[in-house]
Amino acid sequence: MGHVVRAGAAAGLLDPATGHGPIARRDARLRVVAEAAFAVTVVALARLDVLALALACAIAAMLLARLPVAQTLRRVAAMDTFIVVMIAMLPFTVPGTPAFELFDLVASWEGLAKAAAIALKANAVVLMAMALLSTLEPVTLARALRGLGMPERLVHLVLFTVRYVDVLDQEYRRLRTAMRARGFRPANSRHTYVSFGYLVGMMLVRALERSERILKAMKCRGFSGRLTLDARWEPGRGDVAFGAVFTGLILGLIVLEAQGGIAA
Amino acid sequence: MHIVDGALSMPVVVAGTALAVVGIGIGLKRMPTDKIPAAGVLSATFFVASLVHVPIGPSSVHLILNGLAGLVLGWAAFPALFVGLLLQAVFFGFGGITVLGVNTLNIALPAVIVYYLCRPGIVSGSPAVAAVWGALGGALAIMLTTLAVGIALAASGDEFIPAAKLVFFAHIPVMAIEAALTGAAVLLARRVKPELFASPATAG
Repeated sequence: MGHVVRAGAAAGLLDPATGHGPIARRDARLRVVAEAAFAVTVVALARLDVLALALACAIAAMLLARLPVAQTLRRVAAMDTFIVVMIAMLPFTVPGTPAFELFDLVASWEGLAKAAAIALKANAVVLMAMALLSTLEPVTLARALRGLGMPERLVHLVLFTVRYVDVLDQEYRRLRTAMRARGFRPANSRHTYVSFGYLVGMMLVRALERSERILKAMKCRGFSGRLTLDARWEPGRGDVAFGAVFTGLILGLIVLEAQGGIAA
Repeated sequence: MHIVDGALSMPVVVAGTALAVVGIGIGLKRMPTDKIPAAGVLSATFFVASLVHVPIGPSSVHLILNGLAGLVLGWAAFPALFVGLLLQAVFFGFGGITVLGVNTLNIALPAVIVYYLCRPGIVSGSPAVAAVWGALGGALAIMLTTLAVGIALAASGDEFIPAAKLVFFAHIPVMAIEAALTGAAVLLARRVKPELFASPATAG
């Protein structure tokens, strides 16, 4: 995953994908709710044609959100490499009508269908999440989560994490540069793993010292455990339209599933 | 070792989410306001560390380090690792949305178990003894996580059992790597800044 994530050297790890287009201006809370509803609905669907339609909707949303297509698909493909083993085994482990044989193993149609369903669900949900949410500023996402009732402390934790991910990533790169300057090259050796262990240990030590300075700075400014997290709820015409279209999409998927597929 | 959306059965997702909510609640309750910056910065550290790839055979594997997270954060590992998984799912498309709770439980519960089993050995003994306990914790956390992933899959359907077994055996080298890494990290931290295991986020 590293090479995917680190493609842009100067960019921060959590920089939102360049956002314009009809989705970029929508209210963050609305987008979080929309993604949650979409995810729960898609996971509950079973028909492959309806799931394919859901994936098509997610791809459409990705295009509407003006996400960089190549980079987004690379990230989704990186997730797919995780599940490919499990998916590839399913046709052979689900009993049912034989579809084909491979090295004496019998693949069943039922297993193939189940594998396809999981692949469609996983990709549709993640693509929609990237379309609706990865275009948000992380801080905006945190405020939206607070607006939707996430506990205040958990939101603080999100804010601090978001704030320091890039700082620590740069610290990591500095330490790696220092190691490279001393001739360190990763290999399959105990030395490599121990060196990485020291690297992580050093990062933790520095992180803790950094957090002590942060706390002092915050106390100096009178921090008492509260941060301003106001997010005004001013739905515009576009938000109402977005909500209506998205509700229609989810209801449409449910109705199609209940009626027995797109063809019916 | 993320589970993706759509693989698990509904009861498994619901049960995993409920347990994760309880864990996150305990973690937040035990995290005094003063410790939020420390927990946040450490959570960011583990997030960055999870993007680090180390060589394994001809390929590479990314670090998880949930054992180390447990040793440093205790119950606060639950909210901290949840935040990491949330950001990964949203911004990198890794893992899934409906399985956030299950994935949090699979990674954070082993962290808390390691905290209870291995932290006494890390705080009391010499740095060398602490490193051994750290290595044990690092390996144990990965083992428990693969077991938890396997249980979640097997509880969702018998057809997943072969895949669950494969996940477990494929992670044996990862256990060795995380053991070496966690041991070394603990050794360094005990020598340089023993407070890492004494105060942050976990106090209380």
